[in-house]
Amino acid sequence: MVTSTDVRDDGGRSATSLLYNPVLRQIIYQVLTCAFIAWLIWYAASNVAENLARANMTAGFGFLTGRAGFDIAQSAIPYSSDSPFTRALLVGFINTIIIAVCGIITATIIGLLVGIGRLSSNWLIAKLCTVYVEVFRNIPPLLVIFFWYKGVLSLLPDVRQSLSLPLSVYVSNRGIFMPAPVFGERFWLIPAALVVGIIISLIYRAMARKKQMATGKASPILLVSLALIIGLPVLTFIALGTPITFDPPVLGKFNMRGGTVVGPEFLSLYMALSFYTAAFIAEIVRAGIKGVSKGQSEAAAALGIRPGLTTRLIILPQALRIIIPPLTSQYLNLTKNSSLAVAIGFADLVAVGGTILNQSGHSIEIIAIWMGVYVTISLATSLFMNWFNTKMALVER
Amino acid sequence: MSKKLLTAVIGTALLGLTAHTASAGTLEDVKAKGFLQCGVNGSNLAGFGAQDSSGKWTGLDVDLCRAVAAAVFGDASKVKYTPLSAKDRFPALQSGEIDMLARNTTWTINRDSALGFDFRAVNYYDGQGFMVPKKLNVKSALELSGAAVCVQSGTTTELNLADYFKANNLQYNPVVFEKQEEVDAAYQAGRCDVYTTDQSGLYSIRLSLANPADHVILPEIISKEPLGPAVRANDSKWFDIVSWAHYAMVAGEEFGVTTANVDEKLKTENPDLKRFLGEEKDQHIGKDLGVDEKWAYNIIKQVGNYGESFNRNVGEGSPLKIARGLNGLWSKGGLQYAPPIR
Repeated sequence: MVTSTDVRDDGGRSATSLLYNPVLRQIIYQVLTCAFIAWLIWYAASNVAENLARANMTAGFGFLTGRAGFDIAQSAIPYSSDSPFTRALLVGFINTIIIAVCGIITATIIGLLVGIGRLSSNWLIAKLCTVYVEVFRNIPPLLVIFFWYKGVLSLLPDVRQSLSLPLSVYVSNRGIFMPAPVFGERFWLIPAALVVGIIISLIYRAMARKKQMATGKASPILLVSLALIIGLPVLTFIALGTPITFDPPVLGKFNMRGGTVVGPEFLSLYMALSFYTAAFIAEIVRAGIKGVSKGQSEAAAALGIRPGLTTRLIILPQALRIIIPPLTSQYLNLTKNSSLAVAIGFADLVAVGGTILNQSGHSIEIIAIWMGVYVTISLATSLFMNWFNTKMALVER
Repeated sequence: MSKKLLTAVIGTALLGLTAHTASAGTLEDVKAKGFLQCGVNGSNLAGFGAQDSSGKWTGLDVDLCRAVAAAVFGDASKVKYTPLSAKDRFPALQSGEIDMLARNTTWTINRDSALGFDFRAVNYYDGQGFMVPKKLNVKSALELSGAAVCVQSGTTTELNLADYFKANNLQYNPVVFEKQEEVDAAYQAGRCDVYTTDQSGLYSIRLSLANPADHVILPEIISKEPLGPAVRANDSKWFDIVSWAHYAMVAGEEFGVTTANVDEKLKTENPDLKRFLGEEKDQHIGKDLGVDEKWAYNIIKQVGNYGESFNRNVGEGSPLKIARGLNGLWSKGGLQYAPPIR
């Protein structure tokens, strides 16, 4: 009671000063924004629940354990129409991952070659690479996919008149049919030999590095590693008496039977995504190399370092620092663009999810799964590339 | 400026969110906006839902949309069409984007119960069949083991196909597309050996192929596909109008009332027919249904009876030339049967 008059005395002043207090104002704005977003989410959720209830529909992911009932042609894991929806989603997810990984590897290789090619002093190579970049960069990816799909489909012969290549490989508009490998009993020893070869060559490399640091003498790391990694499995293969046979495809009444097949849907999506993304990667690579100042190579030359070593040890590590962050977004783009598979009937996550959505009617759940999976894939790619970026970043002393 | 923009964005978002919660019965909504939004086949399925070169929609399903508009507005032309793929059709109906779905959609217990729809009238009794190129020399679906089969995803067809091949111990390789046009193109390009869908669809698609005579439709029918209009569940007033619009067309054929003779039939003394045409004194069938008393008259006058619609779209009067078969009147050995209008 004693202090109450004091409080009332400067009450007016403190109220206005509180209003103009920038810190408090910021907090108020943030609290209001958060509250608004929370309300929006709550409102949307309750709206959905109400509409579902009115339409007599159930929400929840319980339906996913039911029998799928439909078949999927392109599956990397055993799947039949008796499998549950979850298994079908897994098939789609694996297909998305396969296309993303294959696409990223190929796009990076093509992009690197074309990017370096654009900087070539050879006029023809430089111009060809420029044309490539300008063509593929300026066409929407869906059109590139159609170009490959329709191109592949219409140019290749009917399955009954397949192009016959050596080693029982047949090419037709149903895809590329190849002999399926049938592994013998002790075949697992060969990959084991490969792993052993890689481990030994890693150890050898570490020792060679140490030796170079101590004595300055360089060892033939590449040659020895190649000999170990290729030689060991080949030797094992011969020692085991070639424990592998092939089941070649044979033309049946309708289709090729036996063997394995890479379908035109996969091929065209893979080609389209690789070629499309490679155009962007080429530009990123070119920018990265251009971004390293000329003084660096001149300084290297002045120190007497050979041109090959200059590129590998001085230019490329510095260029990578510029290249990696935009490269990450290209990788993410490629992964997300793989959802365009739905246009040509490749069974990726979106295509399979769409079928499930339609067969079960649970659209909200399926869309939530789609978003969750793509966010997860993208974040994982991002995390890996960020780690790689930190590893490659300039270590300042 | 940016604050104004923000307000505008938030305002629009809120409008979008509230739009569906505020909806009353579909009939009131349709009357309020002045037209019927009807979901039809977006792949130009001749005979069921297709647009001609001038943009005019025709087909058995389109006629049903027009019949509903004739019942509600007395004007069969008050329809706007939403072309839909097999995959988009259910979300479009669930979300309220369309008022009714007439897109050769099979009535199944799952769709009727779990998907939140109601089915009752069947405007075409169909069954799934197979089409193959003649040169393959296939006589029966049981010879199809090892074939690549083109099918549209998200359909009952896709499920029946899996079941049929499994039940008969046959191998097959599904080639699946989301849109019917894509399936057509793949079949024509030889990506697959067999095309499977509802038999009526096969007849329609065969017509659109380069050489229809080079393709045969196999005799097996592997499923029951009752195709009919669907509406959102728990809206019995609207459900009744859509169902009875079909039954009125069937009843019209039972009565022998056609577009040409309907005005003449108004003078009838047959009490049944009088009631049907809204000529009975103080009758309230239309009022109870929520439409005008002349609803059935308007349907017959502007759209025609079921037999006329069938003949014009898929029967002898059309290029498809499908026989009435199961879709004949019950009195002539078919399954089309209208409950009494009284």
